[in-house]
Amino acid sequence: MSSEPTAVHADGEEHETMTRGKIWKVFFILLAITCVEFIIALWMVPSGIIPGHVANPVYIVLTLFKAFYIVAYFMHLKFEKLGLALAIIVPILFIIGLILVLTNESHHWIDLRG
Amino acid sequence: MSVAVSPIDEVKTTPWSGGRSPFNVEYGKMMMWFFLLSDAFTFSSLLISYGSLRFSSAVWPGADKVFQSVPGLVEHGAPLVFVGLMTFILIMSSVTMVLAVEAGHRNAKKEVITWMILTVIGGFMFLGCQALEWSHLHSEGFWWSSIPNAETLKEFFTTGALADQQRSAHQFANLFFTITGFHGFHVFTGVIINIIITINVLLGTYEKRGSYLMVEKVGLYWHFVDLVWVFVFTFFYLV
Repeated sequence: MSSEPTAVHADGEEHETMTRGKIWKVFFILLAITCVEFIIALWMVPSGIIPGHVANPVYIVLTLFKAFYIVAYFMHLKFEKLGLALAIIVPILFIIGLILVLTNESHHWIDLRG
Repeated sequence: MSVAVSPIDEVKTTPWSGGRSPFNVEYGKMMMWFFLLSDAFTFSSLLISYGSLRFSSAVWPGADKVFQSVPGLVEHGAPLVFVGLMTFILIMSSVTMVLAVEAGHRNAKKEVITWMILTVIGGFMFLGCQALEWSHLHSEGFWWSSIPNAETLKEFFTTGALADQQRSAHQFANLFFTITGFHGFHVFTGVIINIIITINVLLGTYEKRGSYLMVEKVGLYWHFVDLVWVFVFTFFYLV
């Protein structure tokens, strides 16, 4: 871990936290992302500006952005030790494997049903 | 007179050689994180099975057609408005929670109480909205393994044969009530835990203890509930 040397005498000191200003900033980011999702869903897709199959990946990317802001700032993970952050995030990556396997599998199910 | 300490007997102080916790968090907080990780796996498996069933269906009920009412106000033609309100309520209560945690860092008891009570109110508002949403879908005929009659069902689809529509509507109903129900159960337990913590704050338990770490731990749980909703919202209402 790269943070080891500084951690010896910086236990409380480098514990940077959220100020009220930062909290509201993150709130407005979350709100703005949600508004963008609504604009896409209620106006851009129905009026045909972007087709549905383009909008879906956009929703997922925007959702992942929201997830990042909630976990990093509201749940404070960004300010925790790198070791803890990795212990939480690395196992989550296995989920991607399950998504790939089952979406691939479901394309075979649709053929089986005919 | 000094005693020479051989290297093997030296007390180790670095985090990864057993000197102290490499994670540098309190035990309960670390365990909350690991519980949330396991809960994330549960929700992922539910959402992934939803995804694979939906991918394997020729047709699927349109979200903008199923969810287009604001209970008590508009019956048709307002897609996503009500769920938008629910999303806003939950994000808002996440903000009041993190403000409670921030007040706890400053040991400001009164502020912690105010923000915690607002968080609890937000939780109840969300649960109330979900109850309205459920009863609206139920009145249309959706429930666990129950779907509207063929005439009503047609309104929720743009294409497809009736047999396909009925099969996917069944899957939709089961998955929707199971997944939002499981999430709603988490919101409910979160509200109960928040109430208990608020009472403890009122009694001065954490003031005596000198730290509001418990508020931080339930805050993690509450944010996680918000986090899951972000995904449920995307996959049930947008995609």
